[in-house]
Amino acid sequence: MTNPHPTPPDATTPARPPRESDPTLPTPAAGPQPPPAPTDGAQTSQAPATDGAQLPQGPPAPAPAPAPADSLQLPQPPPAAADGARPPQGAPAPDRESRTGGPGGNPNPAEGRTLTTDPHPHPHPHPHQPPGLDAHLIVDRASFRLDITLTAAPGDVVALLGPNGAGKTTALRALAGLTPLTDGHLCLDGTSLDDTPPESRPVGVVFQDYLLFPHLTALDNVAFGPRCRGASKAEARSQAAAWLERMGLSAHAGVKPRRLSGGQAQRVALARALATRPRLLLLDEPLAALDARTRLEIRAQLRRRLAEFEAVSVLVTHDPLDAMVLADRLVVVEHGRVVQEGTPADIARHPRTDYIAQLVGLNLYRGQAAGHAVRLEAGPAITTTEELSGPVFVAFPPSAVTLFRDRPSGASARNLWRCEVAGLETRGDQIRADLTGELPLAADLTTVAAAELELYPGASVWATVKATQTHAYPA
Amino acid sequence: MTSLDKPGAATGPRTGRPRRRRVGTGGRRGVPLPLLLPGLLALAFLLLPLLALLVRAPWRSLPDQLTSTEVWQALQLSLVSATAATAVTLVLGVPLAWLLARTEFPGRGLVRALVTLPLVLPPVVGGVALLLALGRNGVIGQWLDSWFGITLPFTTTGVVVAEAFVAMPFLVISVEGTLRAADPRYEEAATTLGASRFTAFRRVTLPLIAPGIAAGSVLAWARALGEFGATITFAGNFPGRTQTMPLAVYLALQNDPEAAIALSLVLLVVSIAVLAGLRDRWMTTS
Repeated sequence: MTNPHPTPPDATTPARPPRESDPTLPTPAAGPQPPPAPTDGAQTSQAPATDGAQLPQGPPAPAPAPAPADSLQLPQPPPAAADGARPPQGAPAPDRESRTGGPGGNPNPAEGRTLTTDPHPHPHPHPHQPPGLDAHLIVDRASFRLDITLTAAPGDVVALLGPNGAGKTTALRALAGLTPLTDGHLCLDGTSLDDTPPESRPVGVVFQDYLLFPHLTALDNVAFGPRCRGASKAEARSQAAAWLERMGLSAHAGVKPRRLSGGQAQRVALARALATRPRLLLLDEPLAALDARTRLEIRAQLRRRLAEFEAVSVLVTHDPLDAMVLADRLVVVEHGRVVQEGTPADIARHPRTDYIAQLVGLNLYRGQAAGHAVRLEAGPAITTTEELSGPVFVAFPPSAVTLFRDRPSGASARNLWRCEVAGLETRGDQIRADLTGELPLAADLTTVAAAELELYPGASVWATVKATQTHAYPA
Repeated sequence: MTSLDKPGAATGPRTGRPRRRRVGTGGRRGVPLPLLLPGLLALAFLLLPLLALLVRAPWRSLPDQLTSTEVWQALQLSLVSATAATAVTLVLGVPLAWLLARTEFPGRGLVRALVTLPLVLPPVVGGVALLLALGRNGVIGQWLDSWFGITLPFTTTGVVVAEAFVAMPFLVISVEGTLRAADPRYEEAATTLGASRFTAFRRVTLPLIAPGIAAGSVLAWARALGEFGATITFAGNFPGRTQTMPLAVYLALQNDPEAAIALSLVLLVVSIAVLAGLRDRWMTTS
């Protein structure tokens, strides 16, 4: 991907204005950081729940965020990343496959292809010029406003996760320049793209249904980008052939898109986007058009290819599994705003909105903590093992809930609520019970247990959760 | 596609008769007379005149009729001018269709309506309007005449102008419809790959809408070939110069009906050939 051929998009990237000289400060272009963006991106994925004290506040309860945390949110050059925060680049994260090509090097190390790969590694970012993506996207629509901040270092894979209509695709289109920004800014590798038309941006897009040109062969689809960016016809085709070979599609080079399978089309689309050697790769629901079986396989392939890609990748998905498998960092968008940001593990452990809690399958409540007791906004109190004070979230999995038809006479009367069964649903070999009452919650129980309890919609039950199975963290 | 569909459609009801009786015979079962009779009448009404043309054709003298210089001149002129007019509508009409389909500008609805006006305008009126605009003393024509020495009325170029005027809406409407049906995101995809808007149009959109352009061209060509009113008004009726087939037919009918029939037969054959060329497009979709 870093290439020996100087192509126009690459040629523009190294030249960066010297203005962003201090890496610990927000970029001047960023202006005042919007307070709502949660800044727990600085949190490590291994961080235990007790890290809460230093956590900046999330959107629901704005409080003065500690100043250092603000700067941690920015992509850090390697020296600053030694503080335990997930390094945005350089040493690969433990949960990802190792990059044998070195930092940002050979996109396809295993195959050792030399045709388009660069012998020398990706130009290492200058310590005082934050490379990668720095965007504040504001798009106003008639009844909708998108206002999100996105930062990413080269090599990062960021997933925009959110429900339908949250504004993810609008954000992607704004990054590509297909939807104009109402306000905000967009910087890539230190170069402002605010006034750059989409055809001049070093941005590659894989569209949701791929949008392969139906009248062109797979090869000519991939050659389209290099051709438009000034390569001769023969050169563009040889580059395209190399990309198809890398994707394992050489045998299908002469085939029209309609004769490609879903997985093949996805790979051609990826090759077409990468063939322009973008510094920002955008993927809109990259796996949504695939059937379940292909999806599994393509997801693994795509994860590998994204890990190999040395510039910034941003993907949009509403599927939490896709997001967690493919991305290093999730940015959860709801109603046009970032509601949470962090590593997949962090978000799965500490959901901050009902939407995320549902995605990761947790019961989530907000409340006021005083020691081990948390007074929930939903009504009752809950006892937790963590000792906290102030606004907190409490989460526990549905499997941690135990149900009784009669009030249990045991000693543990804490975390005991009287509920009513609102609905029952089979999930694999489990039954998911939706409960209303003192505390609305979801409970998982085995089919046998459900039968013994004689559960039916409307049945009244007692639900209990052990304190050790709950998880409280500051809101 | 058609060759695959036809046998499938033909064998489908036969093989599936036991189970699909209701579906298979639904077309024939109980067709109401108030629909059947007028329908058949309409069919007869459309086909009988053509049959009459064949019945009364002077088959014996036909070879002589068709080899006469006048017929060849008219036929040649018709084909050349209709083709030239189609070329003009293509060069100007496709961009207009793109503007109408892909851009937003104030009064676009009105422009669309104006574009379709020649479709419903009596061609003679079109001819008069052309004369007033491009005639030797016309609004624009006087400048064309005095500055460039260009005279359009009563010339072969005038025939092309008149035919293009009448035929252009067919092409624009057809291409615009195809453009609207085509996914504009292909153009966006091309843009993200570095294509300017014109490159995206040329290399992506144009190939995608080629079938629509072809259909529109054939429509426009057929319309230009049959043009009578605007041509005779704007270009006159000079054999060899502006006398196209329809004019020749009309004129021949006054003094030599046999020649008129022969000329009509030629036009009929051309029309059937056009229809055959469009077979895949129209006859199988119904």
